[in-house]
Amino acid sequence: MPPAIQTVQLTRRYDSLVAVDHLEFSAAAGSIFGLLGPNGAGKSTLIKMLTTLLPPTSGTAVVAGFDIVQRPAHVRRNIGYVAQMLSADGDLTGYENLLISAKLYGIRGKERESRIAGALDFMSLTDAAAKRVKQYSGGMIRRLEIAQSMLHRPEVLFLDEPTIGLDPVAKRSVWEHIRELREHFGTTILMTTHDMEEADGLCDMVAIMHQGHIASLGSPAELKAQAGPEATLNDVFILSTGAAMTDAGTEEGGAFRDVARTRRTARRLE
Amino acid sequence: MSQELAVRHGAWSDTPRPLALLLQILAVAEADVRKLLHDPAELFARMVQPVLWLVIFAPVFSRTRAIPTGDLRYLDFMAPGVLAQSVMFGAIFYGISVIAERDQGVLQKFLVSPAPRFALVAGRALSSTVRGLTQTVMVYVVALLMGVALQFNAWRIAGVVLGVMLGAAIFSTFSLAAACIVKSRERFMGIGQVLTMPLFLASNAIYPLSMMPGWLRILARINPLSYQVDFLRGLMVRGGHSVLGFGTDVAVLVLWLAVMLAIATKLYPRIVI
Repeated sequence: MPPAIQTVQLTRRYDSLVAVDHLEFSAAAGSIFGLLGPNGAGKSTLIKMLTTLLPPTSGTAVVAGFDIVQRPAHVRRNIGYVAQMLSADGDLTGYENLLISAKLYGIRGKERESRIAGALDFMSLTDAAAKRVKQYSGGMIRRLEIAQSMLHRPEVLFLDEPTIGLDPVAKRSVWEHIRELREHFGTTILMTTHDMEEADGLCDMVAIMHQGHIASLGSPAELKAQAGPEATLNDVFILSTGAAMTDAGTEEGGAFRDVARTRRTARRLE
Repeated sequence: MSQELAVRHGAWSDTPRPLALLLQILAVAEADVRKLLHDPAELFARMVQPVLWLVIFAPVFSRTRAIPTGDLRYLDFMAPGVLAQSVMFGAIFYGISVIAERDQGVLQKFLVSPAPRFALVAGRALSSTVRGLTQTVMVYVVALLMGVALQFNAWRIAGVVLGVMLGAAIFSTFSLAAACIVKSRERFMGIGQVLTMPLFLASNAIYPLSMMPGWLRILARINPLSYQVDFLRGLMVRGGHSVLGFGTDVAVLVLWLAVMLAIATKLYPRIVI
């Protein structure tokens, strides 16, 4: 089976800054692939390119069987994306959010109603369907967004910091639902995270990005073994990027925007 | 199973393209209209300006009799202008909602969907016409109370609906394009404020083209608002007539809309970059 994601010398420059630098990696179909790295390492730029929101400066990638540069429209039909920010529309109800998505993806008639009902049930949101999303908790919004991105059964799902700002209980619930998605639909999931526990427990493969490159790549177990006996993923991270997660990469472009956005998301969850 | 396959190998693959496009435009517009239904307060805020023009400005200016409006009373002359300007003022700030949705992350979701950029822009334009039409109802109510000589036969109403929709679509699409260039709320508000008054004053909304100095008349003849006002004036009030001709009005408005849609479609993806 060909990989669900395969990048070829994928590069994005912003003026003098090279955010993603001739990147080469692949994610196996049906895997949960974790993308780690300090703020400004190029994770968001990479996701934007793979989801066709941002054209690469050079190089390309094949996502769900289609080239992101040559056939972006085909890529979009076969992927789902949950942005780091809370992207469900707070002024609409949960049901309406799903309804609009279903309509955009051309799911019609009885099939539409049954998929929406199924998605609400799958994400344990049936009781809250008629409430406006404004009144949802952070965990509920995340589950709704994932439900929304899965309505059209994409082959590849991109999750940008899916549990950022969530309390431990909500976090676990989102993890459970991500696992079930993969079991149930065989979806390939590429997710970014700052949470080592999440990367360790949820991901089959982990890539640690640093300054636009992949510094380490492997299963969490492999990476930990390479770093030494009793090493944690956090140790691997520090070895790979030469910095602790908390204060890394602040001198790089994009870091300020990353932090500002993360805080904004966190605030909306309070 | 066939449905499942169709979706797996690309949503919409079983739907003729023009129909898919139409349904996507409607879906984008529906999201916005549903929001408006949940929270219609914004519409009432938009009542204020037309009321001021019709209740304060028009009666005072009627007394000067300095504006040559032909057989029309000044109040009747300016009512279509007030309608057009209130729709325009609403539409020109429409882009702010796109910037807000970009900041929230809602917009990105639309951009990664299979809907073509054109559908995203046209859907927005369509939803702004719904706002424009609700404003029309309100302006009609105020105008009626003020004794404007409104005409109510079916084809005239249909014409007014068309004129309002075209104007709302043009200015909201213009606003979207501007939002994609300036990208931040603060800068957008600045631009909106800079643009609205010149667009309004360099038009035939509250005085006729014939009164303007030559250079201003040239600007007014480029300004789509003039054509919208001219069209509405010929339809809305008793004794009103189109100076430029209905055909010209519609042709110029449609052309403006096509140009604005093309520009906004081209610029739209830039808003997230």
